Parts: sequence; C-alpha cells; structure tokens
Amino acid sequence: MLDTIFFYVFALLTIGGAIATITRRSAMHSALSLIVSLLGVAGLYLLQKAEFLFAVQIVLYIGGIMVLFLFVIMLVNLDQAAKERQFNRQWLLGLVASVLVGAQMVWMLNSAGVLSLPAAVPAPAATGPGNIEALADLLFREYLLPFEVASLLLLVAIVGSVMMAKKTS
Amino acid sequence: MDMLQAILAHPWFTPLLLTALIIGLFPLVAGYIVLVERKVLADMQVRLGPMRVGPHGLLQPIADALKLLLKEDIIPEESDKALFWFAPVISTFTALSAFCVIPFASGVYVADVNVGLLVISAMSSVGILGIVLGGWASNSHYSLLGALRSAAQLVSYEVALALALLSGVMAAGTLSMAGIVRAQQERHIWFIFDNYGLMLIPFVVYVISAVAETNRAPFDLPEAESELVAGFHTEYSGFRWALYFLAEYANIFVVSAVAVTLFLGGWLRPFPNVSWLELPFNYGFPALLFLLIGLGSLRLARKLTWRPHAIGMTGVGLFMILLAGVVLIPPVNAVVSSPFWFLIKVGGFVYLMIWLRGTFPRFRYDQLMNIGWKIMIPVALGAILLNAIVGMLRIS
Repeated sequence: MLDTIFFYVFALLTIGGAIATITRRSAMHSALSLIVSLLGVAGLYLLQKAEFLFAVQIVLYIGGIMVLFLFVIMLVNLDQAAKERQFNRQWLLGLVASVLVGAQMVWMLNSAGVLSLPAAVPAPAATGPGNIEALADLLFREYLLPFEVASLLLLVAIVGSVMMAKKTS
Repeated sequence: MDMLQAILAHPWFTPLLLTALIIGLFPLVAGYIVLVERKVLADMQVRLGPMRVGPHGLLQPIADALKLLLKEDIIPEESDKALFWFAPVISTFTALSAFCVIPFASGVYVADVNVGLLVISAMSSVGILGIVLGGWASNSHYSLLGALRSAAQLVSYEVALALALLSGVMAAGTLSMAGIVRAQQERHIWFIFDNYGLMLIPFVVYVISAVAETNRAPFDLPEAESELVAGFHTEYSGFRWALYFLAEYANIFVVSAVAVTLFLGGWLRPFPNVSWLELPFNYGFPALLFLLIGLGSLRLARKLTWRPHAIGMTGVGLFMILLAGVVLIPPVNAVVSSPFWFLIKVGGFVYLMIWLRGTFPRFRYDQLMNIGWKIMIPVALGAILLNAIVGMLRIS
C-alpha cells in the first residue's frame, strides 16, 4: 500500500520533472527540473530494493554531473537564449512522427507479449548476499572484460578532452 | 503498562524518537558548537570571547538564535524568489537527513541500511546544490562567485573524500555504518591503526578533505570575507541565513561522525575487548570528566563578581557534579556509556576542526585546486592500492 503511494509519487516526480525540463525557458530552471526527474528515478530504484543504484544515481548524476551542468550554466550568459522562440512550427510533422513511433512501439511490445502481463507474483524474499555484493560479483567476475573496456573508453575520453583543452604553444 | 511496553517495543519507536531528538535538539547543539568555537578561537588569540550573556557567555547561543529569528527577512528585488526561498531548505534538509544513518550506539540509529556510507555521500553531494542555487538565485556578483568556487571545490574534494572512505570500507567489508563498527569490534582494532598503521594515510586524507568539504578554514574560499563579503550567503539574512548556518554545523557533525565511525571505533570505548578496562573507561573516565568540569565551573563561579552570573555558574557546576554521580549508577551507565564515547570522539574531532581554523591561513584558489587534484587524489589512490594488497596478504 505504502509502496504503491511512493511509486506514484516518484513516478510523478520523474515525469513532471522531465516535462518541466523541456518546457522551462530559463536554463537554470530546466536543469533543476532535470534534477527533480533524476531524484524520482533514484526513488524508483529504492522501491525496487536496489539501494546501491539509488545511492550511485544520486552521487553521480545529481552530485556530479548536474552540479557541473549548473556550473556551466552559471558561467555562460544564456539571457539571449531565454528570449528566443522555444519550439519551431513543425508541430504537424512532429505529431505524425511521434504517433508513428508510438504505434510502432506499442505493436512491438504487444507482439513480444509484454502488454498482457501475467498477474503479479510476489517478489522472492531477499536471500544471500546483498545488492552490492551481487553487483560486484557480476561486474568483476562475469563481465570483467566489458567493464575494463568501458573504463578504458572513459580514460581515452579524459585524455582526449585534456588534449583539446590544452593550449598549443 | 502493557500499552507502554508495546510502544517501547515497537520497531518504529527508536527511529521516531531519535528523529524528533535530532530535529529538536540539533539547532541547540549547533548553537553551542558555535559558542565553543568562539571561545576556543578567543583563547587561541588571547581574548575572552563572549562574556556578557549568561556567565562566561553560556547563554549567548540562545540570544543569537532569538536575534536571527526576529530579524527582518530580506529578499533582494532582482533575485529568483522561489529559488532564493528554497535553496537554504535543500542545504538544511540534506545535512539533517544524513543523520539518519549515523549509529550513536549499538541499536541506536534511525536506520541501518546496507549502503549507509553511500547515503551520507549522496546527501552531502546534493547539499552542494543548496549552496550553488542560493548563490545563483541571489543575483549578486559576490554570491555567484562564492557559489562557483564552492561548486568547484566541493566537486574536487568529494573525489578524494570518497577514495579515502574506500580504504576504510575495504577494511570493514561493509557499507553499513553499524556494520563497520561491529567489524572493528570483531577485529579487535580501530581501523585507523589497521593494516600495520597504513590506514593512517586515508585517515589524514579524509580529515583534510572533510575540512574542505565543509567549507571551513583554511579551505573557506567560498566565503572568503576579504574578497567576497560573505560568499554565497551574502544576500541572506535572518532565518534563511540561520538555516545555512545550521546546515554547515550539521555537516561538520556528520563528517566527524563518519570519521569516528569508520576510523575511530564508533561507539566503542578504547580497547573494547579488554574486559577489566570497563571500570576505568566506562565508569571512571566520564565521572572524572564531569567532576572536573563541575569543580572548574565552581572555581570560576567564585571569581564572578556579578551575583546572577555567579549563581548561574554555581548551578552549572553543581549540575555537572550531579551528572558525574548519575553516570556511576550501573543501569544508567549501561545505557549512556556507548553514546558518551561516540559523542566525546565526535567532540574531539569538532575541536580539531576548530583548532585548524585557528591555526592555518586561508589557501589561495590555485593552491586549493593543486592540493585537491595533485596531492589528495593520488595519495588516496595509492593508499587504496597499498591497503588492498596488505589487507589481502594479511587475510590469506
């Protein structure tokens, strides 16, 4: 019961935040709405008993990435952007395209049998090691190679951005 | 009677009581930490500090709180009003929510989640938003610069802080705050002395990063008064400013509590597994401490010339001597000795932070960034590597 209420609260935060992100004129308010949306997602993770994902979502996305977003927004003068027209007039084309994509997705999900889900089965009680241990086992045993490849990719990106930022003398 | 038993045994009783206590009492505690800070700094600078309100300034925090609550609430004309209103709320909310995973004693916590330490880091990283948004919403150059500096500083030092915590987590094998303390009890060691003393390195990194993370001197560039008036809270006054202040002191308490839990044995007394030391450490030390404070207060009271002050000070002294007697009663002692040890260690850590403020001059901005990125992070990474190797070798 309580879980259901929390689910709807977090879902509302996620969707409301996402809508506000694209409709607000001020870049600062958009970024804040995105933070609200990300918080909602974090809450949904917590409802699924994925505590580690919840904490990491907040630490990385809100504490790291969004703070840097805000940092850039405060440094750059965005007054001009706020005055310009926000959406172009191609709403008819946009409507047709989104209805098409939506119909496609519903058809796909339906043919995969996702839409007619069986009745809810109570989740199995948590057994064995916790969330973090299970995640670590998967990441560092089964998927060690993809994990290392991903970290190498990030390292390349870091080195590349440093090279680009460095002034050529 | 059964009703009372049922209430006391209810699983929500301790969490709710603690929540109420934290929210209700922490403003007062923060006020008195400020008084201690002013007194200690005054002593270091050979001054007396606040002396007028109450004997030796003991009622100063209450006078300050009343003043802040009664002040006019000024919102700048050109500010983003909703954000200006909301920003201090974020800071205070996150700072106080971090308290919910701190274990004050065995079983005395609001929640013991298995990602406790991560929850604290998450809360402190969201707390940055309060500072950044407050500085931006004020629409003032000083505030904006303060907020920018603060964001850069906090993001930089958060990395070193998390890396330093990682060494401790490796030693404990869990992220649960209560679990970390229990691990220290089982291993018969405070983690600061673990791995043949190698854990001292992450502890030092943690202390330095924690001071930077709470925006305290010598890392208080976000509010460097000689350059930025008051930094991000230049435009704030009255109650909203008090909220920022409360958040700052709550953060100090939280980082101290994390240091104590992870490195200094949490609620455990020194040598928790040596049973004959229970008498001197659980009974003798607190009683002696309160007794000495009481006697000292009585001595001070005799020198006070104004009668109401002298009476007040005598009251404080007698109360402390009474406390010294109360902690000697065995059933009371069984309950209070663990929280006593936790709070006295946290108090020692808070004192260390005040001491640092009184000792070091403020860093320049480039020095701050150099220390963060070129010293703290590599040292913390090296400490993780060393501790991982030594820890694995010791287990096998």
